[in-house]
Amino acid sequence: MTLREETAAPPLPVGVPSASPPAGVPAARARAARRGPAQGRGPRPSLAQVLGWTVAVLVPLVVLGMFFAWPVVATVTRGFVADGALDLSGFGDVFARPRTWRVIRQTLLQASVATVVAVGLGVPGAYVLHRCRFPGRDLVRALVTVPFVLPTVVVGVAFRSLLVEGGPLGFLGWDGSLAGIVAALVFFNYAVVVRTVGGTWAQLDERPAQAARSLGASPGRVLRTVTLPALAPAIASAASLVFLFCATSFGTVLVLGGLRHGTVETEIWIQTVQLLDLRAAAVLSVVQLVLVASVLLVAGRLRARRERALPLGTRRASERVLRLRRVPGTPRGEGRGGDVAAVVVTALTVVALAVPLVNLVVRSLRVGEGWGLAHYRALARRADGMPVSVLDATVTSVRAALDATVLALVVGVLVALVLSRRPRAAVGRRAVSVLDAVVMLPLGVSAVTVGLGFLLALHRPFGLDLDLRTSPLLVPVAQAVVAVPLVVRTVLPVLRSVDPRLPQVAATLGAGPGRVLRTVDGALAARAGGLAVGFALAASLGEFGATSFVARADAPTLPVMVYRLIGRPGAESYGQALAASVLLAVLTAVVIAACERLRAPGTVSDW
Amino acid sequence: MSTTLTARTSRRGSRRVVAGLSAAALSVSALAACSAVGAGSSSDEDAATADASGAATGTVTLVTHESFALSEGLLEDFTAQTGLEVEVLQQGDAGALTNQLVLTKDAPLGDLVFGIDNTFASRAMGEGVVEPAELSAAALADAQEYAVEGDDEGALTAVDYSDVCLNVDRAWFTEKGLAEPTTLEDLTKPEYRDLTVVPSAVSSSPGLAFLLTTVAAFGEDGWADYWQALTDNGLRVVDGWSDAYYTDFSGGGGGGERPIVLSYASSIPFTVPEGGDEPTTAALLDTCFRQVEYAGVLAGAENPEGAAQLLDFLLSDEVQADVPTSMYVYPVSTAVELPEEWARWAPLAEQPFEVPAADVEAHREEWLQRWTDVVTG
Repeated sequence: MTLREETAAPPLPVGVPSASPPAGVPAARARAARRGPAQGRGPRPSLAQVLGWTVAVLVPLVVLGMFFAWPVVATVTRGFVADGALDLSGFGDVFARPRTWRVIRQTLLQASVATVVAVGLGVPGAYVLHRCRFPGRDLVRALVTVPFVLPTVVVGVAFRSLLVEGGPLGFLGWDGSLAGIVAALVFFNYAVVVRTVGGTWAQLDERPAQAARSLGASPGRVLRTVTLPALAPAIASAASLVFLFCATSFGTVLVLGGLRHGTVETEIWIQTVQLLDLRAAAVLSVVQLVLVASVLLVAGRLRARRERALPLGTRRASERVLRLRRVPGTPRGEGRGGDVAAVVVTALTVVALAVPLVNLVVRSLRVGEGWGLAHYRALARRADGMPVSVLDATVTSVRAALDATVLALVVGVLVALVLSRRPRAAVGRRAVSVLDAVVMLPLGVSAVTVGLGFLLALHRPFGLDLDLRTSPLLVPVAQAVVAVPLVVRTVLPVLRSVDPRLPQVAATLGAGPGRVLRTVDGALAARAGGLAVGFALAASLGEFGATSFVARADAPTLPVMVYRLIGRPGAESYGQALAASVLLAVLTAVVIAACERLRAPGTVSDW
Repeated sequence: MSTTLTARTSRRGSRRVVAGLSAAALSVSALAACSAVGAGSSSDEDAATADASGAATGTVTLVTHESFALSEGLLEDFTAQTGLEVEVLQQGDAGALTNQLVLTKDAPLGDLVFGIDNTFASRAMGEGVVEPAELSAAALADAQEYAVEGDDEGALTAVDYSDVCLNVDRAWFTEKGLAEPTTLEDLTKPEYRDLTVVPSAVSSSPGLAFLLTTVAAFGEDGWADYWQALTDNGLRVVDGWSDAYYTDFSGGGGGGERPIVLSYASSIPFTVPEGGDEPTTAALLDTCFRQVEYAGVLAGAENPEGAAQLLDFLLSDEVQADVPTSMYVYPVSTAVELPEEWARWAPLAEQPFEVPAADVEAHREEWLQRWTDVVTG
């Protein structure tokens, strides 16, 4: 769908430093420690236990199956069934069009270039924003995250008005070019790299690097031979996610690239919504699914490696105060050259990210020939022809986002709980890893496919006399489906990193499995909970793709309202749309910043 | 040394898991009940039961596009007159709307559709999405002026129309001492190089309308050459109308550079500056395509009588007089007066270009494909 996502965090020595495997423990031993010798000898699970876990598996499967898998299957099937018979001739036809190959090539090209740039800028950013301490750091972290959750309608305005000929950055000649699209994709995804890599970097045990230094390696060599290899899985994981988001980006590409740079995602939209060629759309959806599934597979492998093999220190110990000048008394060449470079790159990037946002604010203050807050004051009034005022739409958005967050949390936490188990049977383990990949799919499937699927599949589901297609509940449900992967990826790493000795000790002391789950896993997961809530909220607030398929006239959400306002003539409507966009951005930033504060000390989740 | 959680068990603990899960489920439903979004669903059920009787009471559901809007109180007036509550579902543009209706025709989303335009009318009729209704509005005769060719039974009823035309920024041309262009051919002349911006025909309805303008003006064999000449003369194609008008157009208030944009004839009154008495832009009335918007009762509607009543209401003087200010379109009814600014500054094309709806339907994909090939080079 239209959202981007973060990735798993490394395991953490949550508040029990001695429980963490010592630095440098080989991966195999760490794995062995996790499984333990007691495995397979425990008593048979009770009926209640079996029942509990069955519910934990069934609830997410039913929700995701009904509101994601079924609609997608309904849409794709519609394209492949002609006159009641399966017809796969679409593949041949669609692949015979040069246009198809062009959009596939374009998708891969854009995503690859954007991924390389985002990683190149994001790794220094991760260092500065997560490994170093300086005043205002939380603020900068929140700022770089805002683009990630901004709706594309807003970014389109903020970005294009900068790049357009005659605009402040018009001299670059980037408007409608590949460079412009790549810039926008990096704008969206920079935070993904910073948070994913930064989360690991902040935890990285500094002792191997120190040892290398004292053995005479230069700072550059330490970075190359010790630090970067340790970060490699995190970097690879971030890269695969950025690639995924870029490859499925819809609004950004359409607004900034138009037709010339059409991707698989925009092509699905054109074929479905404009040309009603469901056969072609279905073929392209399958192409996209294959692409997304391969990226998820790679990401999953890399994540699994990272989650068990990293030598980690405690966050506090490895963070340090950022100093750009040599402290008197320390020897020359203590690696400040690298620090300076990282700070310069990051400062420039942050400024570059801020420019479109500042541009948005400035434009929203422009009233006629002068300046003022008129557009903001107008937000409380119901504009002529609009069903509600922007403030009412904001309330609707917040309410829908709350519903979506609750649903996403219930489903996401249950999924994370299930995924954090390691069943004894091989088939069980396989099922867990399949579920792991499947819950990520909502991020990689076209919003058009899902939205259309709602229309096709949700009329009288299971023969019930109930038309879910037009139910107002569908808005939060659609948002929740997109938010579930965010929750899973935030909570799961924490659960997976629970030191196996903790529950063991608890069990030895007489706690039943329920109590262990509540007091050990539950307590630890709760720390990631605040962050999961924040991201689910922010994601739901900004969700536009699937929402626009189901949002109702009497209760439009804030992004839908921005979209409607900007589609109307008159400087008033335009100004109000910009002011509403700023409101949305501020709302999002506040939610994210609050989450940064809520994050309990020692929580490693990347977000 | 260690063990997995599942390996140890006790009944008491497991029951807690179950209890926790049900508590979570309960709190979800409780929270959903508190939220406004959750609360709205009950009215749907009321509507369904009322509709089942088939009488023109209860609720009528209007399915329409994102641009549908009426002034406050109008739909309430309808409810006061007829006892029917109106529920509005709006999604996408005219094209997306039509396609959604085609895909859901076995179980329609509502009772009445408004917003199918003349470029999609053939598809809607060909797929049997709408069916004729018994109407009684006085403006029906006016509406028939705009009837879709071949729609003898009146499955679609025209409600409003507008002209999609090129707009120019007069101030820009005055300042540069350049004469404003007046015809489509002018745009390919060297003095107007790099001055024009239009929305894409693939992703925008006015964009498609302009493509049809050129098809009508230059014929089946000539339009692609015209677009080639436009492209060679520095034409800019952007995603949507708002992008073109607010970001690229110099007269739209967004501070763009290009003084010629594709928009509507009705965009002009909106550029009368505060305190000024004359608009800063003008429409080129020889470059217009007439877009007509239709309404129709959905085949298989639960409340067809209510839908017909609502359609009559859309043609009433009350609504017809409101559409210029709420949706920026011209009413089909000749009985109502246009707002004063419109009468002065939003004249219509005398001879707008037209392409028969059936031709559009037959060639849409082919034309869009060719158009894409030309403008993307």
